[in-house]
Amino acid sequence: MTATISTTSVTPIRRRRRSARLSPLLVAFVLVPFAVESVWVFWPALQGFWFSLTRWDGMSPPAFVGTDNYVELAGDATFRGALVNTVIWLVLFGGLSVLGGFGMALVLQKERRGVGFYRAALFTPVVFSLVVTALVWRVFYQPDGVADTILRAVGLESLIRPWLADPQTALYAVILPALWRQIGYVMVLFLAGLKAIDPALHEAARMDGANSWQRLRHVTIPQLKGVNAVVLSVIVIDSLRSFDIVWSLTRGGPYHSSELLSTYMYSTAFQSLRLGYASAIAVVIFVLALAVILGYLVRAFREEA
Amino acid sequence: MNKLRTGAFHTCMILLSLLWLGPVLWVVVMSTRSFDDIAAHGVGSLPRSFTLDTYRQAWTDGGELRALINSMVVTVPSVVLSLGLAAMAAFALSRFRIPGRRTILLLMLAGNLLPPQILLIPVAKFSELTGLYDSLWALIAVQVGFGLGFYTFVLHGFMRDLPGEIQEAATIDGAGTAQIFTKVMLPLTRPALAALGALSFTWIFNDLLWAITVLRTDDNMPVTPALLALQGQFVSSWNVIAAGTVIAAVPTVAVFLRFQRHFVSGLALGAVK
Repeated sequence: MTATISTTSVTPIRRRRRSARLSPLLVAFVLVPFAVESVWVFWPALQGFWFSLTRWDGMSPPAFVGTDNYVELAGDATFRGALVNTVIWLVLFGGLSVLGGFGMALVLQKERRGVGFYRAALFTPVVFSLVVTALVWRVFYQPDGVADTILRAVGLESLIRPWLADPQTALYAVILPALWRQIGYVMVLFLAGLKAIDPALHEAARMDGANSWQRLRHVTIPQLKGVNAVVLSVIVIDSLRSFDIVWSLTRGGPYHSSELLSTYMYSTAFQSLRLGYASAIAVVIFVLALAVILGYLVRAFREEA
Repeated sequence: MNKLRTGAFHTCMILLSLLWLGPVLWVVVMSTRSFDDIAAHGVGSLPRSFTLDTYRQAWTDGGELRALINSMVVTVPSVVLSLGLAAMAAFALSRFRIPGRRTILLLMLAGNLLPPQILLIPVAKFSELTGLYDSLWALIAVQVGFGLGFYTFVLHGFMRDLPGEIQEAATIDGAGTAQIFTKVMLPLTRPALAALGALSFTWIFNDLLWAITVLRTDDNMPVTPALLALQGQFVSSWNVIAAGTVIAAVPTVAVFLRFQRHFVSGLALGAVK
């Protein structure tokens, strides 16, 4: 995406001279969509930042309290747990879906017999909602469900536990279905990127005697730069947005053991009705997303220079 | 040696495919089992019964029919409206020298990349203020507003690469801006519109967070949040929950199968330019 932005320039079509007035219709073409987005996105976002500086129960008007909410967050153990879980989620869910998706794309990039079916199989869960995904996996985790049946069959009864109800395993039991759905999605992004690489480059590298590992390192990965930026942004944003799957499986429990910032924000806002405090959590999510993506962009630019 | 490698490749991939398709098939099979069968042998056992009554229960007692209607009432107008508005903006920004066009485009895209959490409370309050809260209108409005930026960005990339001669010829023939948009640009943009249409249908249909933020009454819930409610209603009737899950998944699977090529190219549209 970043690569596309830098080249965003209007094709030099010989059109009416620059001094030509824009027709009111054209102005409306831009203004109407922009106004819709302003009302439902830009303006609410600004309000969200403002609300984070208030104490508000949704009934009486918001009362300005400065940075009180942020101070309270710093000492809030549940918030700290949710922050740690969100980082674990980002690393495990993000990292493994990139590795898995990239690996699958490499393995399945050559057109050969059966590849179409394998791609379709891995991609199938992408069209399900996360609530559907959650219910599919709930069957798997049930006491005496599929997981326990399999463990029993191979004689590992000792490992059996209430996967979603055990604070030790709940978070990881939720990550697994999320990965199951995400890997096919990341694979498709990488497949598109791999297709766009000029085969002549690989030919040349092969002529120079590069083995397949060297070709991967020095041809494929550098050529995927644009795709990597997109995938990374998508993954970071998806990770920090992750809500549906946790909400459907555990609601952040037991004892906040699978709580993410997004679920903590939601329950603080719409169950505890602490709207100011919840807005402060939302601002933290926003800052995290911005920091990770900007950090990556800065690094990418440095490498370019 | 090569034969061995091909064999190993297929063995591994078939196992992986099973891991991906197995859970889905399991749920489909489970939705046709009787309550007694599951109660006696557990959800991890092989089926010993067959019934389709589960679907009737989910459909009528579970309110899935109503939820599906709600989903369609929200999804179809949202897709049409957001793609229409996005196409308008993309057309103006990509084919005319609008001052500050790059900034406008990036700002619109950035709006879609915001974590929605920062918007939930203000949007819920704003819909209360306008009297839209707990109505499907609120959900349509927020889906359109939130999705617009991304669709505009993708369509802009697509329209920018269309050749200028067609537009010039139409202008010389005396076509106005509106005619060029509807008669020339929209037909040429059809592949991108189809791809985004399939994608946005899936996203909006599958959404949970916005629905539970701006809706409260069970009767107004689309199918995704309704499926969570179904779980509470039929706590241990795994077969009915499975049937409800299948019903909730069928529309997006159908759209995917119908627009398969577009769907995948849509995902790749933003990634490779």
